[in-house]
Amino acid sequence: MNVFSSNIDTTSEDFAAHRTDMLTLVDQLRELESRAVAASNKRRTTFEKRGQIPPHERLSRLLDPGMPFLQLHSLANYLVEDEDPGTSVPGASIIAGIGFVSGVRCMLWVDDSGIRAGAMTASSLPLVLSIEDIAYKLNLPLIHLVESAGADLMKVTVEAWAQAGAQFQNLARLSAKGIPTLSVLHGASTAGGAYMPGLSDYVIGVKKNGLAALAGAALVRAATGEVVDERELGGTEMHASVSGLVEYLAEDDAHALELAREVVGHLDWNRSEAPLPSRPYQPPLYDADELAGIVPVDYQVPYDAREVVARVVDGSAFDEFKPRFGPGTLCLQASIMGHRVNILANNGPIDPDGAAKATHFLQLAEQAGHPVVFLHNTTGYIVGTESEQAGMIKHGAKMIQAVANITVPRLAVYIGASFGAGNYGMCGYGFKPDFLLTWPNAATNVMGGASAATTMRLVAEAGAARKGVAIDAAQLDQQQARIEAHFLRQENAFYASGRLLSHAAIDPRDTRRALGFCLETCLEGRTRTPRPNSFGVARI
Amino acid sequence: MSAMIKTLLIANRGEIACRIMRSARALNVETVAVYSAADAAAPHVQLADRAVSIGPAPASESYLKIENIIEAARESGADAIHPGYGFLSENADFAQACEETGLVFVGPPASAIAVMGDKAQAKRAMIDAGVPCVPGYQGEDQSLETLLATGNDIGFPLMVKAAAGGGGRGLRLVKDAADLENAIDRARSEALSAFGSGELILEKAIPNARHVEIQIFGDQHGHFVHFGERDCSVQRRHQKVIEEAPCPVLDETLRVTMGATAVAAARAVSYVGAGTVEFLLAEDRSYYFLEMNTRLQVEHPVTEEVTGRDLVALQLKVAAGQPLNLTQEDITLTGHAIEVRLCAEDSASGFLPDTGPVRFWRPPQGAGIRVDAGIAEGVEVSPFYDSMIAKVIAHGADREEARRRLVAALGASALFGVATNRDFLIDALSRDAFCRGAATTDFVAQEYGEDGYPAALTPADQHKGAVLHFEVRKGAAEEQSLGVNPELAHWASSGTPGSVFCYAEDDGAPTRVCPQPDGGYRVTSGSTESELRLIRRDGSAAVFEDHGQRETVIFAPLDHRTLGVATATRQFQLTEAATGSTADAGDDGTIRAPMHGLVVELLVKENECVKAGDRVLVLEAMKMQHSIAAPVDGKVVGIRAAAGTQIGAGDTLLHIEAAGEAGD
Repeated sequence: MNVFSSNIDTTSEDFAAHRTDMLTLVDQLRELESRAVAASNKRRTTFEKRGQIPPHERLSRLLDPGMPFLQLHSLANYLVEDEDPGTSVPGASIIAGIGFVSGVRCMLWVDDSGIRAGAMTASSLPLVLSIEDIAYKLNLPLIHLVESAGADLMKVTVEAWAQAGAQFQNLARLSAKGIPTLSVLHGASTAGGAYMPGLSDYVIGVKKNGLAALAGAALVRAATGEVVDERELGGTEMHASVSGLVEYLAEDDAHALELAREVVGHLDWNRSEAPLPSRPYQPPLYDADELAGIVPVDYQVPYDAREVVARVVDGSAFDEFKPRFGPGTLCLQASIMGHRVNILANNGPIDPDGAAKATHFLQLAEQAGHPVVFLHNTTGYIVGTESEQAGMIKHGAKMIQAVANITVPRLAVYIGASFGAGNYGMCGYGFKPDFLLTWPNAATNVMGGASAATTMRLVAEAGAARKGVAIDAAQLDQQQARIEAHFLRQENAFYASGRLLSHAAIDPRDTRRALGFCLETCLEGRTRTPRPNSFGVARI
Repeated sequence: MSAMIKTLLIANRGEIACRIMRSARALNVETVAVYSAADAAAPHVQLADRAVSIGPAPASESYLKIENIIEAARESGADAIHPGYGFLSENADFAQACEETGLVFVGPPASAIAVMGDKAQAKRAMIDAGVPCVPGYQGEDQSLETLLATGNDIGFPLMVKAAAGGGGRGLRLVKDAADLENAIDRARSEALSAFGSGELILEKAIPNARHVEIQIFGDQHGHFVHFGERDCSVQRRHQKVIEEAPCPVLDETLRVTMGATAVAAARAVSYVGAGTVEFLLAEDRSYYFLEMNTRLQVEHPVTEEVTGRDLVALQLKVAAGQPLNLTQEDITLTGHAIEVRLCAEDSASGFLPDTGPVRFWRPPQGAGIRVDAGIAEGVEVSPFYDSMIAKVIAHGADREEARRRLVAALGASALFGVATNRDFLIDALSRDAFCRGAATTDFVAQEYGEDGYPAALTPADQHKGAVLHFEVRKGAAEEQSLGVNPELAHWASSGTPGSVFCYAEDDGAPTRVCPQPDGGYRVTSGSTESELRLIRRDGSAAVFEDHGQRETVIFAPLDHRTLGVATATRQFQLTEAATGSTADAGDDGTIRAPMHGLVVELLVKENECVKAGDRVLVLEAMKMQHSIAAPVDGKVVGIRAAAGTQIGAGDTLLHIEAAGEAGD
């Protein structure tokens, strides 16, 4: 393979400026994430008074030290319920991600009861469905550390309630597929939430604090008039000895987490699986740290996506497939951490030749069984008479067809613009890639704000001309500004992540590691052969 | 007898048995080990050509049992017995028994043992031989009046000693005339119970004296040489801790004089074999006979190191009747050697002996380092015998080189499973008084007082341990996983939250380890924070760097929640605090019927206090009687069952209010 020779001058003013811009965005990302942690930690003394370990620390104690962890949807719900960027707390009251417990790659779901007592937010359900989906597809045991006030009755909607059923169906199907699910009752789990332990294969309950009941004391009283003792109603001690809902009774949170680690260890989950292939390779020649200075945060300023690839792939080496044909669409053969991948990347819009080449390249990836990495840096399929006549629609369509139907792992990263149908052709959100990561500078939408606003202005001007009315330039200026603001707000990577339109927002400098982690997760998960059963493990 | 010994039985255990076997083997002498029930798997048994069991664990029923040892020798066809030190080594009856059985006793004649074994008799013999003795009283008149009168004549401070004593028992320092009577009473009763004889001697106490002893050797042909001196001043409660050769303050003139005196002492009792004449060396360079040890000394290796002679080989040669063939001029001293005694004792809690299995043992090593050890991983340090488990000896061109080598080798060694005095030894070797060669017999008392060496675990050391714990846990997880690319180690996409460990040694307080992007670690506990860098990790040795200073830390996981850690100055364990047993923690004190049945007997009354495990009730079901025990300590409340009542499965029978639960 050819080692790429970089044209980046890391001492240039441009580089320094890009780097400053990008790191400012990374700082914003970290600030948003730490906002959730800080909000949760405000309740620290309450937890300590109850003899509890706060949620973030529960996760730290559950995970294997030093093993990698990919946090998912850390920005969920950002700007969804609270539209003020200055105060909106991201996270949807859930800490989720893929990590290791007793050496087993697991999906972790931790109710962040430090925030609104762990009550569901508007984005909590989509988040849960997203991680359950990944767990199902990639055969990841699911561990849920439960402590949630349940639905927020002040905000609950009928559609949210209706859709929520899916999370339970998912649990049942995980169990039936042979993917173990485990719940730790750290605190309350009432109403629908009570089916979390109910549908888990293993339940660990913490004495004194753990609680599961279809209706809490207040609802029981409202419904039947019965005055109940909460511990008798749904305390873990009761469930461990009377109802049989709890298998393992723990003295406290720390003990419960230790039990969880033991239960996972006892699965012997990896006993008959082959270890991940590990081949010798060279690390990238160019420092990943330079990724921060290569990409202008303004997507309108073009850059060579090969410079990004050179800082992600092994040895900074790749072979270019059909470099002279549709050159704006990059088809690169390379390896990441010793794993062969086909990389599809853009240097601007996708033209008919580029789409045709990409289709060919995707089919070859399918034939060879190589995962495909999509690096989004496109303002879309090219428009204009020439490209329409060249069959842009049909070439774009067959590229979309190929993307939709390949069965190899698909990993997408938004590294710049990703607009319009170009996003679809590059395996955007709607195509459910195995993993969809975003850089903080990424812009995604139907089109750029300027194009949209100008389009609308031209349409208005044409309409006015047709009707023969005078053009109110001031009003059009206003409309243009409004549309631009509307687009700008929505194309923002943090806004989109708040709406769960990516799995994780990452520091660009982490791209190689994030992709390596996702690749290994896909390779490990897809080769695994679980032991399915017809109806899931029934709680006896 | 002039032929070489063919088969040697070693009537001892531990490091000295192993040490003797080494020399015997080099001389093509077959070795026979003896062992008690506690020592079946001990290294000396493994090392020997053959091994004979001699009885149960207590020494009085095995290693001290003369007839068992003689029988073992007969059974194994041994023609000689080496007694080592301790046990039967200075027992005249044993030497006699060997002689009568036709076995060669590797040691002096029984008569010499008998004389030197009695302090009073020995002192009288020495005075007769012109050997300077500490002014004192060693008469046969043991009346209190005589002892008081002579004591006052000698003056204070003075020592009251059991005539048959040893090992510090029956020994009293009296600083004031008023305390003498009491000291005599107590020493006498201690001597009676320890040695069966209440005979006492009185001696003038020599303050700030050094303990200097001369290694002598005599053959069966009346020829004697000495091998120079050893300084054993560093003692704790009259137990030697550090020994060295030569003595830092002895010049050649004094060495020649004291050597000649020691030879004269040996000659006076017709001594044969290896022996040690102990002297007190006063500040004014005067010296006094203390006692003679009629055996190979624990600290003989320092003499071997500076003279280049194998003393055990010489013992075997002399015992076989061969002449020493050495003149005094043949014996020269090269460089300096220091020995420390590594003991299974907890120096942090008053040097209490510790027992248990040796989980991990990384012996000291390096240039000039010799280790005489009698332990191995997996072998138990039992409570039945001496707590000394190894001797570490460093030889160097000069005293400072030997000292530095010893400190470095000890600092890079580790023994986990039982507490040892390693840290105390390192500290003692590093104290100014010792470095200057100025340590006297008061050294330990002056430097450490009575409390021992309470080396508190510093946060800095605990933090290093926590980093290693982190890495050990990571390694275990990797092992269980299907593989994780090394580039992904320590990576978390949203920064590194790190891991939290709660150690029992730190009262369960959290210690947080956060790997840093630069490859280092930030460790916090309480209000202390450390930035640590792990340069290298190779098996059980890790190298940390702190502000350019490198330090090797030895570590080993001892079980799934305990890590043994040894830094250059501290050896300790970190145990992840357990909040509950990993078994079901279901004992809330309520006892429910495990099955349908009939209450046959109720064994407790309301408000009665019970202990966990006490039977409280007997239930008959399916023709079987089942005893039900209290799950927790506490008080019986709310009995809902009586004898003769039929009960259903799950019925509450009674409740035990756990101790501390009341009033909740």
